[in-house]
Amino acid sequence: MDLATTPYPDMTIITVNAGRIDAAAAIAFKDAMRAAVADGPARVVLDLSHVTFVDSSGLGAIVAAMKHLEAGRRLDLAGLTPDVAKVFRLTRMDTIFTIHPDLDRLIPRATG
Amino acid sequence: MTRGHIDHYRTRRRTQIMAETIRVECIATQSAVRDLLVGLRTWLRAANLSEENCGTVEIALAEALNNVVEHAYPADMPGDIALDLALTDACLRCELRDQGAALPGLVPPDSGLPPIDGPRESLPEGGFGWSLIRTLTSRLSYERRNGENRLTLEFNLNPA
Repeated sequence: MDLATTPYPDMTIITVNAGRIDAAAAIAFKDAMRAAVADGPARVVLDLSHVTFVDSSGLGAIVAAMKHLEAGRRLDLAGLTPDVAKVFRLTRMDTIFTIHPDLDRLIPRATG
Repeated sequence: MTRGHIDHYRTRRRTQIMAETIRVECIATQSAVRDLLVGLRTWLRAANLSEENCGTVEIALAEALNNVVEHAYPADMPGDIALDLALTDACLRCELRDQGAALPGLVPPDSGLPPIDGPRESLPEGGFGWSLIRTLTSRLSYERRNGENRLTLEFNLNPA
């Protein structure tokens, strides 16, 4: 699965360049996430703005990616589209993750 | 064959309500289920369901179809899945049939969501499917007859 990693001094943004994290994609997503978070800052933000659909297998893969992080690192979410937000809400996983409504507000402004 | 395909489509009009039915079939693999769902979403949109209703239906059907892929048939011998949809103004009725293993106890599980109040390492990575199906449907029924599973999901549709 195509994940784009953008490093910032205090966080890494990982953008999922795929429309679905579903049962057919869950293993590829988990593998790609393991590689993408192998090192880097404590905070990882998963940008889901291109993802229109997540099923329970995809949800499980996102939880697995969070659990895979070392203690002291965290996985936040951003850019949830309506169906994806609904799956997180109905499973109450929206209470486990910090979900940022606006990814742009997280990104530090360029200075100079 | 990996693609879900539309075998049958008909539209009929009654005096007051419009009813549409469709049958889609696929083999029980993850990629065929994905193709079926993507095609179905296009059909639901064309039938003027709201995006919210489309999402509700797709999430519930994805869970029901994935259950068949993962639990009804052996992974190395995927069988067939047939899905009949009947749409009226107020309701979408989906009947899902397969010839795989019966549901344990011959009832759809009703155990609620897995607990999420423990430490991070104990958070669940599965076990959400039936809870999603039950929450998103208005009615759910299951029947095992002549070696066939028949799961019926009904959705009351909100106005667009």
